[in-house]
Amino acid sequence: MATETLTLGKALNIGLRRALENDPKVVIMGEDVGKLGGVFRITDGLQKDFGEQRVIDTPLAESGIIGTAVGLAIRGYRPVCEIQFDGFVYPAYDQIVSQVAKMHYRSRGKLNIPMVIRIPFGGGIGAVEHHSESPEAYFAHTAGLKVVSCASPQDAYVMIQQAIASDDPIVFLEPKRRYWEKGQVDLDAPLAEAYPLQAARVARPGTDATLLAYGPMVRTCLDAATAAAEDGRDLEVIDLRTLSPLDLGAVYESVRRTGRAVVVHEAPSNVGLGAEIAARITEECFYSLESPVLRVTGFDTPYPAARVEEEYLPDLDRVLDAVDRTFGW
Amino acid sequence: MAKGDPGASTRGRRAAPRSRKAVTGDPELVQLLTPAGERIDSVTGPDGTEYRVDFTDEEYRGLYRDLVIVRKLDAEATALQRQGELGLWASLLGQEAAQVGSGRALRAQDMAFPTYREHGVLYCRGIDPIMPLGLFRGVDQGGWDPNEFKFNMYTIVIGAQTLHATGYAMGVTMDGRTGGENGEAVIAYFGDGATSQGDVNESFVWASVFNAPLVFFCQNNQYAISEPLERQTRVPLYRRAAGFGFPGIRVDGNDVLATYAVTRHALDNARNGQGPTLIEAYTYRMGAHTTSDDPTRYRIASEVEAWQAKDPIARMKAFLERAKIADEGFFADVDEQARREAIDLRERVLAMPDPKPVTMFDHVYPNGSPLLDEQRAQFNKYFDSFEGSAH
Repeated sequence: MATETLTLGKALNIGLRRALENDPKVVIMGEDVGKLGGVFRITDGLQKDFGEQRVIDTPLAESGIIGTAVGLAIRGYRPVCEIQFDGFVYPAYDQIVSQVAKMHYRSRGKLNIPMVIRIPFGGGIGAVEHHSESPEAYFAHTAGLKVVSCASPQDAYVMIQQAIASDDPIVFLEPKRRYWEKGQVDLDAPLAEAYPLQAARVARPGTDATLLAYGPMVRTCLDAATAAAEDGRDLEVIDLRTLSPLDLGAVYESVRRTGRAVVVHEAPSNVGLGAEIAARITEECFYSLESPVLRVTGFDTPYPAARVEEEYLPDLDRVLDAVDRTFGW
Repeated sequence: MAKGDPGASTRGRRAAPRSRKAVTGDPELVQLLTPAGERIDSVTGPDGTEYRVDFTDEEYRGLYRDLVIVRKLDAEATALQRQGELGLWASLLGQEAAQVGSGRALRAQDMAFPTYREHGVLYCRGIDPIMPLGLFRGVDQGGWDPNEFKFNMYTIVIGAQTLHATGYAMGVTMDGRTGGENGEAVIAYFGDGATSQGDVNESFVWASVFNAPLVFFCQNNQYAISEPLERQTRVPLYRRAAGFGFPGIRVDGNDVLATYAVTRHALDNARNGQGPTLIEAYTYRMGAHTTSDDPTRYRIASEVEAWQAKDPIARMKAFLERAKIADEGFFADVDEQARREAIDLRERVLAMPDPKPVTMFDHVYPNGSPLLDEQRAQFNKYFDSFEGSAH
């Protein structure tokens, strides 16, 4: 098995390269994705190797990126759109929600929009306003869209290719603060045999409580579990991976064993993914629960200025505090 | 206002502020058939292009037939709505020439992106007029394959389809399908109100910088529901194109011949790699925005009467009579055909079954969703719990 140590960003880059190689209908489009290789360099070198018709530097208008990608999809292309930052997706919101999500339904299944919308999301990089947001709930709430998030270089490499190969329109959320984190990536494993895109996975087995996270918070939860182990608490961490639809089978199984669940995300708590997950766990695991499902999230403020984001974002201590509270119930 | 005053503009008939004159005054427009039915042999456009048509008598008669049938089917749909058989109807009354002229200008390989009012274009594409009626009856939301008919599904969000058309046209270029008679071109329909939308302006930018093989066909019917053109623009709409770097031209949208000539020329330019054109088809929405609208609240009868005198069908009939291309027998035959097609449409609308409720769960995703599978199963169980339920 040929594994390489890669950053999450580089794993995405190689995954995109493979997708371009494997299907001539795949096109990448977005702002600065060409010569610059994207502001995070995720598309680095791709225009040079695949040309300006496969890797398209677009005008600076997000609705235009998604709207023209819809037209390309009708024409038979498989557009992979990059939205430069989470906070800039909103001008495209109408096209995503009213067109991308609904075309298949509108056509009674006669038309597919096999589009991937890549969005670097979340905070923790000391950025200015609009560069640190977590808009996943807006998209998870929209029927017709699927929403996934990768948390490791291996998943980044595989999931981006799976998303591009899927006929469903997929919002692909990339944990931007983890772009530079390294991990082992198996570049040769056949895609057909890979772990499914629309499935959660146990990232760390444990017995005492269940931590549920996705994207950037998976690392935070794994660190919390390591710290808890030193105190003699064995926490299970589940990487949800797919946010819409949620894959909660493994979650229910885990919570029935542990009796305690804590959902962790950077997005604000109010009407967020955590609320949906807590409700569904309560419906399915009511008699197994030793405590209410708790949430550790960003606050219901606009994303704050960078010098206080450390206090805004869930971290190891806040996660462990919530775990403590599930035991104190 | 006298009906025999066809050439008159609406200027001065309304208590309009000076600033309105720029857009409501006599439009500089390409016209090959006057409201009185007089043929103008050719018109030279601002860029020196000579616009003319060279139709056989049969083709002239064919255009007239299209106009009459399209209007008749539209009237039938309005009646169906009034009788409760359609939930809504967006009438094209008054815009028949803009739609038939541009629709007939399309070649078989061309792709059209309509709004929700392009019933006439749809008809000219050879598509069964029943196709969009499921949407207006409320039994589906379109339900056709755009690629099968070279006609996208109706788009209700104003202007959104112009971006789809632009992306599709970029794909035509990427596929190497421009150039020559067999080259492909794309047409995007929208209205005067849509020109204020960001998506339309973004599509102008995209089409321009990517030199997309695309014709922007704006039916300026003077109203966005209740808001007159002056609320959307201070300059004639066709002039907007100049700022984006491609030609814009205004055509008499009630003149089927001029509309055909201008659209065919723009489409052929597009298919030959010469990029986009904005056509402003200057016309008038004779009816309401939709059957839910009451235009008497925002416009005066004399304005409607003035446009009545510019009717697209009357002028074509006058021309056919004057040129002795058609006789009373032909006109009676067309009316009879229109009547029969309307009856057929009505009967098929009435026979349209309601969908089974559980079908609402179908086709949300090409690859399905476990969440929906679960909800569908729960719905079936609940539904089945009622006596005599069937789905």
